[in-house]
Amino acid sequence: MLARAATWWTILRISLEERLVYRGDFALGTLMRFMPMITQIFLWGAVFSGLYVASGSRPQIAGYSYHDFIAYYLLTMVSRAFSSMPGLASGIARDVRDGTVKKYLIQPIDMLGFLLLYRIAHKLVYYVVAAGPFALVFYLLRDFFPGWPDAWTVACFLASLVMSFLLGFYLEATIGMLGFWFLEVSSLLFVYMLFNFFFSGHMFPIDMLPGIWGDLVMMIPLQYLAYFPAAVFLGKVSGPELAWGLWVQLGWVVFFILASRLAFFYGLRRYSGFGG
Amino acid sequence: MSEHPSYLRVLLTFARNSLVRDMTFRGNFLIDAFSSMSWVFMNLGFYVLIFEYTPMLGAGTGWGKYEFFVFLATTLIINSLVQTFFMTNADEFGELIRTGSLDFALLKPIDTQFLVSLNRIEWSSLGNFAVGLLLLAYALGKIDYSPGPAQLVLYPVYVLCGVAILYSLMIALAATSVWLGRNQTLYDFWFYITNFSRYPMEIYRGPFGTPLRRVFTFLIPVLIVVNVPARMLVRPLDPRAPEDFLLPIFAILATIGSLAASRWVFGRALLSYRSASS
Repeated sequence: MLARAATWWTILRISLEERLVYRGDFALGTLMRFMPMITQIFLWGAVFSGLYVASGSRPQIAGYSYHDFIAYYLLTMVSRAFSSMPGLASGIARDVRDGTVKKYLIQPIDMLGFLLLYRIAHKLVYYVVAAGPFALVFYLLRDFFPGWPDAWTVACFLASLVMSFLLGFYLEATIGMLGFWFLEVSSLLFVYMLFNFFFSGHMFPIDMLPGIWGDLVMMIPLQYLAYFPAAVFLGKVSGPELAWGLWVQLGWVVFFILASRLAFFYGLRRYSGFGG
Repeated sequence: MSEHPSYLRVLLTFARNSLVRDMTFRGNFLIDAFSSMSWVFMNLGFYVLIFEYTPMLGAGTGWGKYEFFVFLATTLIINSLVQTFFMTNADEFGELIRTGSLDFALLKPIDTQFLVSLNRIEWSSLGNFAVGLLLLAYALGKIDYSPGPAQLVLYPVYVLCGVAILYSLMIALAATSVWLGRNQTLYDFWFYITNFSRYPMEIYRGPFGTPLRRVFTFLIPVLIVVNVPARMLVRPLDPRAPEDFLLPIFAILATIGSLAASRWVFGRALLSYRSASS
């Protein structure tokens, strides 16, 4: 048990060090990621000013005021910082294709566990480096926020963020595991990214979608990757609805943990490695 | 035999070779074209959604739903041209510098910038060009105003100006990898900068918006790229404000300036190039 903990600790430490190699480039990249935010602020400013002329006093779109919109976008950047997993699925599929996956079969290391620790390390470094840029941007745009929600809501927000990390990880890992069957998952991944971008709430609050579309999007797990934590923070979801939402999110996390494990288990039976 | 190569014939050869290569992997070609088009349709859906809620992008700007679709179509047309002709090449250029393969390009008896910029043509990106044209025709049919012959002639000219400005920015950024070695962040930078070109310039107003608009009009002229041709089609040509009249003239100057500046940066980069191997 202790030996195993030591192994995990070593993996975490190595991944941390590896991640810190290009920290300058990394911090600059983080700050730049906020640049599209500037366009968003002006775009929604224009949308609301057009609406103001047409409708008069304090316009709202799907229950969001102009300020709510900007706050919403900033918050989805936080949830994306937890849930986005660049290169995870394609990396797994590549390991399957070029045979690197053998390394996990002969060494006493669990592949999914290793990848999870590696991601946790990357995310930790990311939060340390990105905390500065994030704090700066949130401070500059603080007037867009309605103020701090109560402690309970903050706790739920944090819980949904942690689960969005796990959901993002296991969902992408499951897609990557499909590489055991298809070898190349890039087209599949493209479709996933397309849907993720538009229907996770990254591009717009998904409750803006009318009728059946809105209902459909609320049923799939993507909303927990960006929309849900932000909506929790802004008080769009509260009371029993909030509790229910968190349970459903947990349900999806468990579902994808099982799915990725199953895919790995059955994938390995199909897998054949050659050479050394 | 003449001293100088025929640039047109070389270009046609590049186009032909790229097409042959694309047609060798036909399935991949179709997937490429299809996937970039699906992004476009999703984006279009997003703007349809926005205009479900608001009649106009900015009070009094005149950018209603279909006017904005003309704008969007122009963005599509310009971006697809840049992607077809230059994007892959600019991307490759950084790689050529890093690996030292630029030696081979330098040795060839043809202008290096021409060779590097147009070597590979991405035919599958023309799918979006077609979508852009269709959207343009559809949106123009929906708006009351119809552009006159002068505007129809000037539109493609300004589209080409837009392509030239974006190309200049891109090749100049790619050339900086001579000094920086790696330029991943610079590519992100390119993406984020051109992000500003995607909306009508009128939305940038107020104490922060106005300086921002000036910077991206005069210093890094990305706001001109789509705005000038798109306005050309949705507004009467006779100027209502001095700005309407001066901006198209400035766009020509900005195009010439950008091309000259990128040529200069490219030349400086080649002077600083030290081959990676041998």
